[in-house]
Amino acid sequence: MMMWFRTHGLTACVLLLVGLFCLGPVLWQAVTSLKPDQDLVRLPPLIPERVTGVHYDRVLLQSSLPRSLANSVVVAASATVTAIVVGSFCAFALARLPIAGKSVILGVALVTSMFPPIAVISPLYLLMRELGLRDTLVAVGLTHAVYSLPLAVWLLTSFFQQLPKELYQAARIDGCTPLQALLTIILPLARPGLAVAALLVFIYSWNEFMFALTLTASDTTRTAPVAVALFPGLYEIPWGDLAAASLVVTLPVAGLALAFQRHIIAGLTAGSVKG
Amino acid sequence: MTERSLAEIKKQNGTIHLSERAWGYLFAGPAFILVGLIALAPITAALWLSLRQQLPIFGIDAFVGFQNYLQLFEDDRFWAACRTTLYFTVLSVSAELLLGFGFALLLSRLSDGGGGGLRWAHVMIILPWAIPTVVSAQIWAWLYQPDYGLLNYLLYAAGITEGRIDWLGDPDWAIHAAVVMDVWKTTPFAALLLLAGLKTVPQELYAAARVDGAGTWEQFRRITLPLLMPVVLIVLVFRTMDAVRVFDAVFVLTGGGPGNSTETLSIYAYKTLFQTLQFGYGSALATAMFVLAALLSLLYVLLLRRHVQESA
Repeated sequence: MMMWFRTHGLTACVLLLVGLFCLGPVLWQAVTSLKPDQDLVRLPPLIPERVTGVHYDRVLLQSSLPRSLANSVVVAASATVTAIVVGSFCAFALARLPIAGKSVILGVALVTSMFPPIAVISPLYLLMRELGLRDTLVAVGLTHAVYSLPLAVWLLTSFFQQLPKELYQAARIDGCTPLQALLTIILPLARPGLAVAALLVFIYSWNEFMFALTLTASDTTRTAPVAVALFPGLYEIPWGDLAAASLVVTLPVAGLALAFQRHIIAGLTAGSVKG
Repeated sequence: MTERSLAEIKKQNGTIHLSERAWGYLFAGPAFILVGLIALAPITAALWLSLRQQLPIFGIDAFVGFQNYLQLFEDDRFWAACRTTLYFTVLSVSAELLLGFGFALLLSRLSDGGGGGLRWAHVMIILPWAIPTVVSAQIWAWLYQPDYGLLNYLLYAAGITEGRIDWLGDPDWAIHAAVVMDVWKTTPFAALLLLAGLKTVPQELYAAARVDGAGTWEQFRRITLPLLMPVVLIVLVFRTMDAVRVFDAVFVLTGGGPGNSTETLSIYAYKTLFQTLQFGYGSALATAMFVLAALLSLLYVLLLRRHVQESA
């Protein structure tokens, strides 16, 4: 026992500390989502004496949250596909093809991602109205795709650069057009990189709030974060329902993050540590 | 594969032959068009709007030059929002960096010990990062709830406080409550980057330092910190950019209140744009935010350069 503690004690303490910090607030939200309404206004006890599924029942069966979740799935999926398709073509051009002004392009990407979204929101709103896309999921998905494009292009360019140049040159000599070379040779090899970029774009789009808030106007187009932010409460905030809704909305991204944590960490730290 | 111009598009045997360069523009084209239409055009329009006075409800729309920017200087609410934003940024970014460094150092010990501990730590640490900011704001709003929130109960049970503190309703506490929430949400990001940086430090350096009799603190100060400076800078730039632009967290947690005590620049700009519909002045506010963020990152780059020169 003593030996075990000496070798694993530090590990256990560190994990406990980090775990309490990171998981504590989320666990409390989980506890809250299972408490009956009358127990929510009582503390102690910390550990609930009885649990109920009534909040999940209300949120999933009697509210517009499922609609918002479906909207978020559509928005995040289409933003991811758009950003990855458009981004990988652009990244390949930057990595391997002789186009002019590469540093200008990267500079523009940097400024675009630095500019406060709040500044573009009113012109963007007017633009979407002109295009007839006001209050549609297309407007939100397209905006998410474009504002995650700099990140996608950045990541994918470095992934393409890591593949040997000779692969592409050999494909060209064998008579492939650059399009064929990219689709049949390069992209299959860059799958891990595509997965990382896709994950980061999806999580960004799922979580994004400001564009989704201003470009949508009704329950039928609202995304999940907007639904959570504008959670309806008549007189008092229904904390139990809100807790259940919060966890349901978090579940998809938390699941992705946990399942692919190694890829995500690789993507987040790519470039920032080596350079 | 020599470089040829776009004009050299030839048709041979029914198939189109393009130069490498032309293929390049064809590939990059869709991205250019999308970014141009959805990002660059609105940015340009915002800069243009900031030179105009626009009040659609009164039918006012006129070019006023830099008048909006001059008005900023006399706007007390703008300066208050600047102070709030800077206060929020300095407090949260420094706390995130210190705490993130602490986590990274602790976790780097785990990787030495093995036993899968690090993997578990990664799993836990990625959760606050992955959670939507809006959700984390609601989680904390519930923790801060004055009557039956967990925070007041724990502080009371531990004998630290006597009565209930209205964290989000008290102008002095509210901004700090927002800082704590932001630190919880984003420290993992800092810790992950710093941890990855720590792994690149050659272990032989520490071994050599120990032989020379350097203590833990000396090792940290002379080896870890200088080698990690580039990563620290990246964390600072990323986090500062986000903290200056903070919107979701404050919007959900306090909405800028009570009494504008948590009104950051983006909240003020949002209210100007969407509640009073002053598109011109709101755009000037947003541009001022961008300038502030750019100046802060410039400051970091200069600081780093000086640091590199000194240690060289």
